[in-house]
Amino acid sequence: MFCEKVVELIRELQRATDGQLPPFNEDGIREVLEEMKALYEQNQSDVNEAKSEEKTDLIPTIKFRHCCLLRNKRCILAYLYDRMLRIRSLRWEYGSVLPSEIRFHFAPEETEWFNQYKKSLATYMRAIGGDEGLDITQDMKPPKSLFIEVRCLKDYGEFEIDDGTTVLLKKNSQVRVK
Amino acid sequence: EDEEEEEILTPAQLIHKLEEAWLNEKFSPDLLECKSEIVECVMEQLDHMEKNLQRAKKGDLKITVHRMEMERIRYVLSSYLRSRLQKIEKFFPHILEKERSRPETEPSFLSAQEVAFAKEYASNCESHLKKLALKRMPPNLQALDVIKAVAKPNLDSFVFLRVKEKQENVLVEPETGDQREYTVDLEEGSQHLMRYRMIAPLVASGAVQLI
Repeated sequence: MFCEKVVELIRELQRATDGQLPPFNEDGIREVLEEMKALYEQNQSDVNEAKSEEKTDLIPTIKFRHCCLLRNKRCILAYLYDRMLRIRSLRWEYGSVLPSEIRFHFAPEETEWFNQYKKSLATYMRAIGGDEGLDITQDMKPPKSLFIEVRCLKDYGEFEIDDGTTVLLKKNSQVRVK
Repeated sequence: EDEEEEEILTPAQLIHKLEEAWLNEKFSPDLLECKSEIVECVMEQLDHMEKNLQRAKKGDLKITVHRMEMERIRYVLSSYLRSRLQKIEKFFPHILEKERSRPETEPSFLSAQEVAFAKEYASNCESHLKKLALKRMPPNLQALDVIKAVAKPNLDSFVFLRVKEKQENVLVEPETGDQREYTVDLEEGSQHLMRYRMIAPLVASGAVQLI
């Protein structure tokens, strides 16, 4: 039945919960586009026949194929757009550099989209004000406490923190730092 | 408008205004007017605080307190700008259309940087869909009307609000065939749950605060 392939693409995304990005289904897209081409060509020939021989009984089939074409178009775009939104979220979750396991799931065009998005975002953030702008991808949560507990795994010796105080990092000691 | 520009705010007042803008933007379904002056002043304030901290004596307790304050302010400012960016991305065709059809005399809802970002985002998305799919479709299906394809903000969603300035005869439900017009008076300090569409102008004017 028509449009089954394209709905399968959408289901693929539905199954990937939590905004995960499954690999780009290049084959699936190609198959849907081929189906669209076939439907279109069949319609072209039927339309010509209907016009030249004034056969109105072809019209319901033509309309039906047109609906399938529209549905295929809508679903493909939904698939691509939803992936695009997931890719957008990856920038905010992981930063500018994505883990390679995730990057492998991108189509080349999606990588291009991601790079362009990163650039636009960076340009925007730099222009916010001040000398270097503001990195709004940081500070994602309200600050709770200024101090965190840190346990040292190895002997490090003395370590100087941002505000100038020094801390002695000894193996297995726990320290509260900013 | 002129009076506002000449008003000198204390740092505390400035941060309070930032928090109000932040909450309004967070809870409003629509993109509000950009409070660029507040953003500018807060960035200056943060810069000022950072410089003060560099000069302070190391180990001074004030440093800890000021750092916490700075982190809080940075969080609110970042969250405010993020809320706006999210809406710009979500509703980009409608926002750009509004910007395109804005008369020159009317101020923009967007900061200059936001306009640039919105245009780049729109162009990025549209060319992405063209490359990956639309160009490979039958000729009569290659067009995409983004304004129709992308949802508009739902102005009929309900929002919580607190009244800052008393309002009389606020329209809650317009008159229809079935019902008469339903209006309420909003007392100062009272809190309500109403459809955003009905009180949008009051948010813009500062008469109510979204909570």
